This record gives sequence, structure tokens and C-alpha cells, in this order.
Amino acid sequence: MPILSIKKLTKSFGGLMAVSNVNIEMEKGELIGLIGPNGAGKTTVFNLLTGIYEPSSGTITFYKDGVGKEIQGLKPHAICKEGVARTFQNIRLFKDLTVLDNVRIAMHKNVKYGLLSSFLHLPSYYREEKEIVEKCIELLKVFNLEHKKNEYAKNLPYGEQRRLEIVRAMATDPKLLLLDEPAAGMNPAESQKLTELIAWLRKEFDLSILLIEHDMSVVMKICERIYVLDHGMVIANGAPEEIKSNRRVIEAYLGEDVNNA
Amino acid sequence: MKKVLESSVTKKIISLSLTFVIVQILIYVNIINSYLQATLATICINIILAVSLNLITGFTGQFSLGHAGFMSIGAYVCAIITMRMSTIQGFILGVLLGAIAAAIVGFLVGLPTLRLQGDYLAIATLGMSEIIRVIFLNMKITNGAAGLSPIPQFVNWPWLFVFTAGTVLLISNFLKSSHGRACISIREDEIAAEAMGINATKYKVIAFTVGAFCAGIAGAVYASYFYFIKPDLFGFLKSIDVLVIVVLGGLGSISGSILAAILLSLISTYLQSFAELRMVLYALILIIIMIFRPQGLMGSKEISLSMFNNLGNRLTFKKGRT
Repeated sequence: MPILSIKKLTKSFGGLMAVSNVNIEMEKGELIGLIGPNGAGKTTVFNLLTGIYEPSSGTITFYKDGVGKEIQGLKPHAICKEGVARTFQNIRLFKDLTVLDNVRIAMHKNVKYGLLSSFLHLPSYYREEKEIVEKCIELLKVFNLEHKKNEYAKNLPYGEQRRLEIVRAMATDPKLLLLDEPAAGMNPAESQKLTELIAWLRKEFDLSILLIEHDMSVVMKICERIYVLDHGMVIANGAPEEIKSNRRVIEAYLGEDVNNA
Repeated sequence: MKKVLESSVTKKIISLSLTFVIVQILIYVNIINSYLQATLATICINIILAVSLNLITGFTGQFSLGHAGFMSIGAYVCAIITMRMSTIQGFILGVLLGAIAAAIVGFLVGLPTLRLQGDYLAIATLGMSEIIRVIFLNMKITNGAAGLSPIPQFVNWPWLFVFTAGTVLLISNFLKSSHGRACISIREDEIAAEAMGINATKYKVIAFTVGAFCAGIAGAVYASYFYFIKPDLFGFLKSIDVLVIVVLGGLGSISGSILAAILLSLISTYLQSFAELRMVLYALILIIIMIFRPQGLMGSKEISLSMFNNLGNRLTFKKGRT
């Protein structure tokens, strides 16, 4: 069963083709890597997927329970409501808010009480707020951040900020998770832990994950398939083994180190 | 019993009723004489204005300079209604309709202008409030530049208290809800907020509309207390005055806005005796405060009872050690 189907996706900024004619097919439950040299257009693909940019042409179809829906051109919040969540390459937490608030905000789309109840704090407010906090604590426990729930997000160490971004994305209850360089700036031990976390996440929450990553040890270990972008075009896709030995990929980006990775 | 005392609702009710009773007694024994009562009214009106602007600027992060415009709508609607229907029902109707009219204008203005960011939004809202002022200046029903008077006076301390406490409670309740957190997340990072499923435009418009509604209440109370209004009172300087209170109290702090509104209103009352130097001293005080507290009096913190508990604990701890 497919979860995501990107067809002939193109985005140009003036004369620059940031993404051109990209086709990506993703099955439910898959963990797919998106790699490529700097400026290849990986983050642009994410921004198109999450509605931050509107594609110049092409379609993005997201399947929920087997029913497809074209999501290109929708607003980011609407795409999030469909069940696509993401993290950011340059961490974008709500820095001056607590860890708990960061996660609570992401749960907003499931809040049922209305404006009147939020002004007057009617019983439905107390009931739902209690539920929200309980859910958040549960989620934070899973990611081992529960003891920091009252800490400001900006005071967390770098690795924990990255982890909090994932928690926040998970709080929106996604079907498809987009991770933009989650291991950036981590040391080998930390990225090893992160690799395990991502693999575990997928199983535990029945997720499909699309991953941008420069750290080849992460990508080669957990991704089932890899798409390689260069100059906005997909130049190869396949299993990690195939990618490792693909001549075009080696030329474009991976260099000679690929066999040692 | 302890549990009842500790619940936040009970604490709120106790502190609010204490404030009300103490001020009522002070008025009764004439410590707050009729001159100081005008200051009291100014304080209350400024609190409503500052807290509601703080919702827009401090919490949602939208820089608005149009608050005087919304205030004037509330003032004129309430004045026109009470001058024709000089009863207490007329007054309540006037306040309600004034606030609703301000909210409607806020909604209509907010929809197109809230796409703008930062300085551009400030200029757009400034222009909007000038347009409103010029409209009132040229309408027959508002009596043009001469203004409206006498407007029947209904507002006394109990009414001031009801409207001020009501506004503060509504807005601080809102900010503690999921919808309020959505507004705050827009200030923190709009792109991330959108990616987390928050409709940024919707919540900006909500904050703007609620802020305008409360400014309308403030205007209506102003008209009914000072029984004279003219368009000049609601110029661009009035918006700046409110902004100064918000920034001085701390962007993102309700108690900061209240504190600053009280402080600035008292300062300007006591400076009345230095007629020529009044504005110079006022400006100097502002400059000095901003040098020493650039984040505002309260920053983004709130005054709470637990703060006093902590302070008490620390003091007794120190005593115990020495």
C-alpha cells in the first residue's frame, strides 16, 4: 500500500531549478533516505512536501488509509492535519517556552474545546487540558525527556533539542515523518543512539519515515531504499548496496569513501 | 479546606475581592478623593488597553499601532447610545455594542493586514487608526472635531472593577488554553507553528479581534467616565502611550502590563504639579527604566503567589543559617 507518491515535482526560483521532475514512490512503513550533495534540493523537497513552498508543477499524493489526496499547494497546517510531520535542519523549537509547552502546542490540532471554553475555563477545558498533559508526559517519557519538562527549550543541550523536535513532531500524531538531518552536529555515539531511536520509532508507532541525512553510517544502516538527488534531479534510487556501487552517485557525491562506509 | 484554598480559582477570587473591597473602603473614607478617582479610572482603562495590546503584540508577536482606533470606536458607539438612552441598560448595551463594533472592525482590518509582518503591519494598523479618526472627525452623528458631550456618566468604581478584572481574567484564561498557546507559538516561530498544525492566520486574526474587543470596552468606559470625547483624544499618540505601557511592563507579561499601567498613571498624576517639566520628567523616567530593565519591568514573567512563597522561603532559610 503506498503512502506517498511524488510525480514530476518541479520548483523553480526565478531561473534556478531547485527541484526538477522528481518522482518518489513510498510504501507504507518504509524508511527511505534522501541524500545528495549540498544544494541538491533535499530540503526544498521537504519544504514542498510540507507546504512551505508551492510547487511550480507536479503532484504530491498522500495516502491515508489507502485513500489518496493531492496535498501540493495546501497550507502547512492543513498538511500537518493530514498526517505529515517534520523536523527542521536548523532546529526550530519554541525556544522561550518550556519543553512541555513545546509538545502541548503540537497537540493543538486534536483539541476539541472551543474559544468560549478557553476564555471561561469551562469544565471541558480542565478535562481536556488534563488529558493533553498526560499524553505529553507519556510521550516525553518515551523519549527520556520527562525530567526536563519544565526546562526552557533553549536551555537543553543540543542533542536533546534535536530529540525534542522529534517528540514535537510525534505529538501531532503523524503517519509520515520527515526528518531533516536529525544527526547533524552529533558525535558518533549520539548518532548511533539516534539511529536506534528512529528504527524503534518506526516500529512502535507504525510510521513511514523519509530521512535527509549526511551521516552515511546512519543512512546506510537503517534505510531500506535511498533516493539520491543532485542539482534538483533524482540520479539514482535503490537499496543501500546498489547506491554504494552506483557510478553516477559516486561521481556526483559519495566519492571513493563509499566502499568503506 | 487546604485544598480549596490552594486551588487557583479560589486564590483568584480571594485576591480579586480583596482588591475590590480595599479600594471601595479607601473611596468610602475619602482617602481616594474625587481627584484620585479620576486617576483610578485612568489606571483601569490603561490596564484594559495594555493587557489587550499585550495579547496582540507581546503574546502573538504582531506589532500593532492601531489600538487608539479600536478604543475610539468603542467610545463613540457607547457615547451615541447612552446619549439617546440614558439608563443603566443603555449603558450596558452601549459598552457591549461598542466592543462588538470594535471587534468587527478589528476582524475586517486584521484579515488583509495580518499577512504583513513587523514594521509593515505597524504602519498599516497606524494608517487604519488614522482613517477611523478622520471618519469620526467628518461624521455628523459624532459632531466632528467638537466632539460629544455631555455623555451620561454611569461608570463608578464597581463598574471599573468589573470591566478591568473581567478583561484581565478573560485574556489570562485564554493564554493558558490551547488556543492561547497557539498564539504564543506564532510569536516564537511562525514556520514551526504552521508545521505543527497551527493555522497562523486564524490565530493572528483571533488575537487581533479579541484585542480590539477589549479596546472597545476601554473606550466605552472612558466615554462614560470622562463624559466628553473628541477625535483628537484617539490619535496616534494614544496608541503610542499604550505601547509604552506594554513595553515597559514587559512584552508577554500580563502582570507587567498591569504594574506598568498603575505606575505610569500614578507618575503622570503626580507630575501634574511640575507643569512645564512634566513631559520631560516622564520621558526621563521611561529612558531610565529602559536602560536598567530593557526587557521591561517583568520581562515575560508573571507575578504569582508562589513567587512570594519562594521569596519567603529564601528569607527564612537565610535567617536560619546566620
